[in-house]
Amino acid sequence: MNKPDKLEQFRRQTADWIAQHYPPQLRHTPGASEEDPRQLKIHEKNWLTQLAEQGYLAPRWPKEYGGAGLTDEQVRVLNRELRKAQVRSPPISAGLSLLGPVLLEHGTPAQKAQHLPKIARNESVWCQGYSEPGSGSDLASLSTRADLQGDEFVVNGQKIWTSHADAADWMFCLVRTDREAPQHEGISFLLIDMTTPGISVAPIRLISGPSAFCQTYFDDVRVPKDNIMGQLGQGWTLAKQLLQYERQALGSIGRGDARRALTLPELAAQEIGVNAAGQIDDPVLRDQVAQCELDSLALRLTMSRSADEARAGRGSAHIASTLKLYGSELTNRRHELMISIRGADGIGWEGPGFTPAALRTTRQWLRAKGNSIEGGSNEIQRNVIAKRVLELPE
Amino acid sequence: MALTLSEEQELLKNSAREFVKANFPIDQVRQLRDGDAALRYSRELWQQMAKLGWAGIIFPEEYGGLGLGYAELGVVLEELGRSLAAQPFLSTVLLAGNALLLGGSKDQKQQWLPQICSGAATLALAFQETGHFSPWQVETRAEAGDGGFCLNGEKRFVLDGYGADQLLVLARTSGGVGSRDGLSLFLLAPDTPGLSITPLSLLDSRNAALINFDNVQLASLHLVGELDRAAAILEPVFDGASAGLNAELLGTLSEAFERTLTYLKTRKQFGAFIGSFQALKHRAADMFCEREHAISLTLEALRALDEQRDDAALLVSAAKARTADVANLIGRESVQMFGGIGMTDEEDIGLYMKRARVAEMTLGDARYHRERFACLSGF
Repeated sequence: MNKPDKLEQFRRQTADWIAQHYPPQLRHTPGASEEDPRQLKIHEKNWLTQLAEQGYLAPRWPKEYGGAGLTDEQVRVLNRELRKAQVRSPPISAGLSLLGPVLLEHGTPAQKAQHLPKIARNESVWCQGYSEPGSGSDLASLSTRADLQGDEFVVNGQKIWTSHADAADWMFCLVRTDREAPQHEGISFLLIDMTTPGISVAPIRLISGPSAFCQTYFDDVRVPKDNIMGQLGQGWTLAKQLLQYERQALGSIGRGDARRALTLPELAAQEIGVNAAGQIDDPVLRDQVAQCELDSLALRLTMSRSADEARAGRGSAHIASTLKLYGSELTNRRHELMISIRGADGIGWEGPGFTPAALRTTRQWLRAKGNSIEGGSNEIQRNVIAKRVLELPE
Repeated sequence: MALTLSEEQELLKNSAREFVKANFPIDQVRQLRDGDAALRYSRELWQQMAKLGWAGIIFPEEYGGLGLGYAELGVVLEELGRSLAAQPFLSTVLLAGNALLLGGSKDQKQQWLPQICSGAATLALAFQETGHFSPWQVETRAEAGDGGFCLNGEKRFVLDGYGADQLLVLARTSGGVGSRDGLSLFLLAPDTPGLSITPLSLLDSRNAALINFDNVQLASLHLVGELDRAAAILEPVFDGASAGLNAELLGTLSEAFERTLTYLKTRKQFGAFIGSFQALKHRAADMFCEREHAISLTLEALRALDEQRDDAALLVSAAKARTADVANLIGRESVQMFGGIGMTDEEDIGLYMKRARVAEMTLGDARYHRERFACLSGF
């Protein structure tokens, strides 16, 4: 069988597999009343288990580490089929999207065997220990210290924006192991068991309400020496690589979620109405919706083009900054438009008098403000593009 | 198909770049503008391009073409756009030539397509009558009479309409102004009695004409395609032409962007390169992102045409809308970043903005194509 035939066969198998395994209860039927959220959670969990068993949560990873061992082409086919079937997308978790790829490349055999299969099965939750109260955009100025004492690092300090730290089993963490070395060279990359004594976690409330973000405090936390990934003092290199994956993950938010209850045009049609020709009955809004939809299309195409270029060996590592910058701004624009379309229904905070969907729009609008800040603010992304891609002078 | 160039396309790109570099110095735009030649392009260079096979890139081999696709055409047009090269590609190949290919009789095709491919003949499509691209807004009438038609009306912005060997004219044979039905195409020589051609002077110094038809008598054999059914021929023609023009515009905005980057790296003020100022860095980064999207959409639209996909029209409109907006952004920003020197005629950067403005407008501006994108998307 030649290559395109094989790929087509894989496509058919994948489509069949999705059709067989996707819980019908998760399908959104317009007009149907919303199902019990607890039931939905169970169905959703089952779906994730199905994906995990196929290795589809980490489709690129080797099978020995719980992946599906797919080629890039097959992964693209898989993603396209998942999108086409409008199923709940696999989670973007810190373990799967951020740590996993870096661990695959730089972890010791023992580290890989210990962590990767659990990540691929969605059985261990990871959080990211990067930012600190005093080190946001200027991440490399971080001051959480890890002092080597015998076979252990002793960690002291404070991390912020550690998503899901209150539920996490592990944290990958940037620490300063050498305070005499130049800023970027005194940083190391540690894997820390969250049950270690001395760690305490406090959730952060956002403008959008409760959130997954936490502050994490380290008070004489003892971490085995072997939990370092990469060499002592070379953590910044790994940190930057991981940031690229984070930017990719954040950029992909803007391409739109296939299972969103209503698309932007549908929402506009529902709230504003349509004329006899089926067009959104407000030409200004219609143009704004078209702009958003068109830009989502452009972003999707740029993503697949950058993947094609990477495959052809012509990729730029810094395309992730472009995608993150653009994706997050697009998400913001989209939510601005959604809340404006909802009018007074979009200003409810909670409780009666507002539909759950309208309340969701409002919270999502607020939460989206963070997209252009997290993972390196968009101003930082512009700096990266100017320096690394355009090679503008310092 | 991958959104990257194949090896053959890379070769084509390199040879196009070499040819363009050797033959189209930017200063040719000023020479055309200030010179006496009303043709506004070099017939000799066009014939050289035809010798390279470019004029027949998308035409079947039986008519002397290369039988390649829009993706290859886009590669060549992008390079031409980079140097603001004036040539009758859009008019002769993508508009009139393609309309003949899609709608012409066997005789008409055999007579004209080989001449187009060889560069021997240039053609123009006379369709537009209003300020905005609105192709069915046609008042020019062709009244059927004894054994033929009588043509009356006026056509504006006929690209390369001055000096063309043949004119393909869109006229109303039935129906009301604005109706998609009732339009017909006629192929006629520019010296037909009753026809007058006035060259226009446009921002980009290219060739365009105002054409007046005063009781122009035509025999039936001048009709191209079915009577009253020209819209069905022209719809795909406009899509192909928009996709090609888009590739040319992408070349133009890319060159303007790259020249601006060079300027940011060489111009010094306050003892520093102005490209070190964050106010300019961030705007340059934004332009870069915008251009990346214009590239993606442009390539995808060309491929969709080659693969004859159902979403080809939607992608062409998405690409034209986006590329026009990006061209406008880069045009504005580049002149601003060049500062005072950018305002002078001596500096080239203004020439890019002018050409971009004309290309943005031609075959529908961003607003037109966003509206069409909305219609085709079903909202």
